[in-house]
Amino acid sequence: MSDEVRGPATRATLDDAQPVLSVRNLRKVFGTQVAVDDMTFDLMPGRSLAIVGESGSGKTTVARMICGLEKPTSGTITACGRDRSKPARRGSERKARGREVQIVFQDPYSSLDPRQSGAELIDEVLRVHHDHDAADRKRIVAELAEVVGLDQRQINALPKALSGGQRQRVAIARALATDPRVLILDESVAALDVSIQAQVLNVLADIRDDRGISYILISHDLAVVRQLTEETIVMQRGVVVERGETGQVLDDPQHPYTKLLRASVPGPGWKPQRMRDRIAAQA
Amino acid sequence: MSIEIVDPVAEAEEASPDRRTLRRLGWVGWISIGVIVLALLMAVLGPILAPFDPNQGDLSFANVGPFGQHLLGFDGQGRDVLSRLLVGARTAIFGAAAVALVAVVIGTTLALVTAWFGGKVDATASVVIDVVFAFPGILLAILAAAVFGPSLFSAGLALAIAYSPYVARVLRGAALKERAMTYIAALEVQGFGAWRLCARHLLPNISSLIVAQGTILFGFAMVDLAAISFLGLGVQTPQADWGVMVSEGKTSLLQGYPLVSISAVLCIVAVVAAVSFLGDRLDTSSKAVNR
Repeated sequence: MSDEVRGPATRATLDDAQPVLSVRNLRKVFGTQVAVDDMTFDLMPGRSLAIVGESGSGKTTVARMICGLEKPTSGTITACGRDRSKPARRGSERKARGREVQIVFQDPYSSLDPRQSGAELIDEVLRVHHDHDAADRKRIVAELAEVVGLDQRQINALPKALSGGQRQRVAIARALATDPRVLILDESVAALDVSIQAQVLNVLADIRDDRGISYILISHDLAVVRQLTEETIVMQRGVVVERGETGQVLDDPQHPYTKLLRASVPGPGWKPQRMRDRIAAQA
Repeated sequence: MSIEIVDPVAEAEEASPDRRTLRRLGWVGWISIGVIVLALLMAVLGPILAPFDPNQGDLSFANVGPFGQHLLGFDGQGRDVLSRLLVGARTAIFGAAAVALVAVVIGTTLALVTAWFGGKVDATASVVIDVVFAFPGILLAILAAAVFGPSLFSAGLALAIAYSPYVARVLRGAALKERAMTYIAALEVQGFGAWRLCARHLLPNISSLIVAQGTILFGFAMVDLAAISFLGLGVQTPQADWGVMVSEGKTSLLQGYPLVSISAVLCIVAVVAAVSFLGDRLDTSSKAVNR
């Protein structure tokens, strides 16, 4: 594979009509519990998809299967034309997959090795994937730090000296280090306070515009979904209950569950008691 | 009164975590280091430092107290006690260190393999660990002495095998906890191999616990090896060894001359205590620095 330095030039040659990620009839069963059932979707290059649903609806399981942390019970996942439904057998295959799909997790406190600074971390990722010399790696580390908005001191500091938002920026830089085509954001801004959340979302939006990366946004925060994605899939108990353009799904929900999710966001005139009644009616 | 203001960011930047761990040792830690350095010097240079031949006895000096150059007097066979202590340090300290090291290596490997692969590997290894757990170290050492003949090697090997389940048990829990951290998952998604993840990320993050286990086991090993030598199944007389000296000293003790046993026992206690204190201090201060 010549994805060694896959810059914009090679990207342009990729067929824009081909989905960058394709999921077919994905199913995951834990014991007797069906976590995800018959999930199918395509993600086009540069487009972003939101998967929303309550806790336990199976959205994180989908994310873990796509990035290879969980093995699907059945169904196929194809990223950049490469099947990734089964665990990688060889190191080279594993690394190639790492250059296609990356993930940023929710908790910024456990997602960084406490003994490694951001610069060391990115340097290690670059060493595993490419054979750049030290000067090149240093340059890329500096570039990535700038992309995610970390200064020289922050990128060289250990995680314990960084705030949650700064750690999440390091995690985003780590995910970008392999120059992936798809970035999964698994509740990546949920643990941050609102102002930091907005900053990180801006960083993510800029990155998408600059790099043509596709996002899969796993979230329960409908405001974030609206800001970052074009398409939305709504999951309930492992099954897709509604899908469509993000604006349409959020403004004019068709499925009762989506209506309920939408109505659960507190706003003017919002009454807890009325929500309780609706949830009871749903169940 | 002045208040010391510690800027955590500045502190985090100016020194590596290991450096700062050392800085927090306190005086108990430093005294322990002193004792350990002294013991190591004895173990390495003992035979050179010994003023007299440790095995050359003169029965006319049996159980004679300290005088002149004989700072600790003579044992029941008229041998210089100080010389025997200096020479005996080597088997006592290096023997115990080797036992602790082998036990930690076996135990850590088991812990990492079980925590990493989980499932059937974990279940199988846990059964093996439980079986070995059932044998007390001394019993296994006696068994080894019966099969391979009494020697420091067979006793040490038996102890190392008997100790390794303790290490595996404790470290497995820590390794499982670390394995579940999302930074490991993130690096797996990066395509990092199991070997790199274990050696470069998982292992360093449980290293303080490994060191703590090693120091605890060193203490156990030193006492158990001395006990085995005392039983006559470890280091063989007349070779000087602290455990052997405690054993040989018992005849003098019964004759009202306790100095031989007491000096050897004090050496054992001092080294065991120093290593345990240091292990404890390293553990607590590295926790304070890293979390």
